[in-house]
Amino acid sequence: MLTALPTDTRLGELWPDIWQATGETLLMVALTMLIGGTLGLMLGLGLYLTRRGGLYQNVVVSTILNVLVNFFRPIPFIIFIAAVQPAARLIVGTGIGTPAVVFSLVLAAMFGIARIVEQNLVSVPPGVIEAARAMGATRARIAATVVIPEAMAPVILGYTFAFVAVVDMSAVAGLIAGGGLGSFAQTFGYRQYDPTVTWVCVLILVALVQVIQLLGNTLSSRILRR
Amino acid sequence: MTHSATVAEPLVRLRNVTKTYPAAKGRSEVRAVDDVDLDIAAGDVQAIVGYSGAGKSTLVRLLNGLEPATSGSIQVGGTELVGLHERQLRPIRLGIGMIFQQFNLFESRTVWGNLAYPLQIAGVGKAEQQRRISELLHFVGLPDKAHTYPRNLSGGQKQRVGIARALTTNPSLLLADEATSALDPETTHEVLRLLTRVNEEFGTTIVAITHEMEVVRELADHVAVMENGRIVESGAVYDVFSAPQQPVTRRFVGTVVDDEPSPDALAALRSRHPGRFVKVELREGGPRQTDIFAVLLERGVSFELVFGGIEEIQGATFGNLTLSLDGPATSVDEAVRELAALVTTKEV
Repeated sequence: MLTALPTDTRLGELWPDIWQATGETLLMVALTMLIGGTLGLMLGLGLYLTRRGGLYQNVVVSTILNVLVNFFRPIPFIIFIAAVQPAARLIVGTGIGTPAVVFSLVLAAMFGIARIVEQNLVSVPPGVIEAARAMGATRARIAATVVIPEAMAPVILGYTFAFVAVVDMSAVAGLIAGGGLGSFAQTFGYRQYDPTVTWVCVLILVALVQVIQLLGNTLSSRILRR
Repeated sequence: MTHSATVAEPLVRLRNVTKTYPAAKGRSEVRAVDDVDLDIAAGDVQAIVGYSGAGKSTLVRLLNGLEPATSGSIQVGGTELVGLHERQLRPIRLGIGMIFQQFNLFESRTVWGNLAYPLQIAGVGKAEQQRRISELLHFVGLPDKAHTYPRNLSGGQKQRVGIARALTTNPSLLLADEATSALDPETTHEVLRLLTRVNEEFGTTIVAITHEMEVVRELADHVAVMENGRIVESGAVYDVFSAPQQPVTRRFVGTVVDDEPSPDALAALRSRHPGRFVKVELREGGPRQTDIFAVLLERGVSFELVFGGIEEIQGATFGNLTLSLDGPATSVDEAVRELAALVTTKEV
């Protein structure tokens, strides 16, 4: 076993680059969750509010939103990132590098999060919404002050799930010359036959995911416990 | 619980109210409420009973416009609701409280937050909110639960919070949709007592939907019985209880006051009691039990009470007693004849 451990690793000299890649991953994921999370929340609310029996029931809008989400969601990210390259050039001005990666991540995360948000909002008991209507609350007020707060705990768990998925997707960034731990592991670990570097990157990603999951669980159960 | 004068304009006035749900996949058009007329006087407690699917839940939702009526007229406090837009209904709803079978409290808010919600919608200032919430928490007996979340309350406490929340904006009308159906008998009794206090102390008119006759007996002044979307019988609780006309009403009344034994029960009773079975109806203002028994004793007829009981409804006595009469045939015949002249009887 011990003899199998590679001795010719470049890990020692690569540490500063690894930390930089870690920072890049964190930045990409954070930006994605901030922008994609917000857009996903809005899209998810749209799906929830316009569905049959919803506060703003609207068959046309509901159908359009559903087709849109169902169109983008099943595309594997490694293909998605290439497919939306023209749109990235148009909107962030470049088809490669971290900005293009973040653009693709935001889009992919938005559609995924929209479904997660919708599913959790549906779990709010209709009776609670009816109670608010009976009090004379407007639909917008009900959405903002009843539906979202009542679904907060599961929504936070949903976002945690999305967070971890985005960390996973961000590893594909190398495909279009984006940075981060994923592409670093491919470039300096996999392609350089340096499994030590690969595994260090993997362990950092695992640690990152653990911390995020722990935070999500704690926050969610703190809300649930009340 | 007083019988309110009906001379004044009723608080709620329904005329030819119909609610239909259009035909959808796999089912034809549903007429949930069918040509209903009903007047509810201010300060009254009106119960609406019926089995599930009778349309009572829909009917109560027409009263605050949660469901729009298909046709007819619904006036609450003189305002016509039919045809109003959601936007026009909202200010009206501030004057109509509602409580629910599943309580429907906001789990993400404390008891205080739940009570504050309707006040925030009404645009009531912070100081007034505080005063009102604290007053109501004392009224429902939960001043120490202000900062508790609903999940930590018992069912009875949740409904008391529901009642307090429904009263924050001082509504003139309180709609109770199966408010005690999820509670055990003891807690049901507590909540009904609280609702009676709401009616008596605040003068709040209450419309209570229920399938439990206990609720009607303890709380209501008037009762309407619904079947297939129609009101088939209505009136003062004592009148409906003492002389139910419709089969559905008789079944409901039979759940709290015994009428006559069912055929099965009758067969079992006959095998143990050889006498003649006569049902005697005791009503307020009619002959007392002592008068009835005196007739039997005079004739030398021995008797046993085999079925029935005496209830008190709205302070009035009411009961049905099935007696087994034994003795010489001629004496029993005479006694039965004399009883029939005295009270309503029925040989069973």
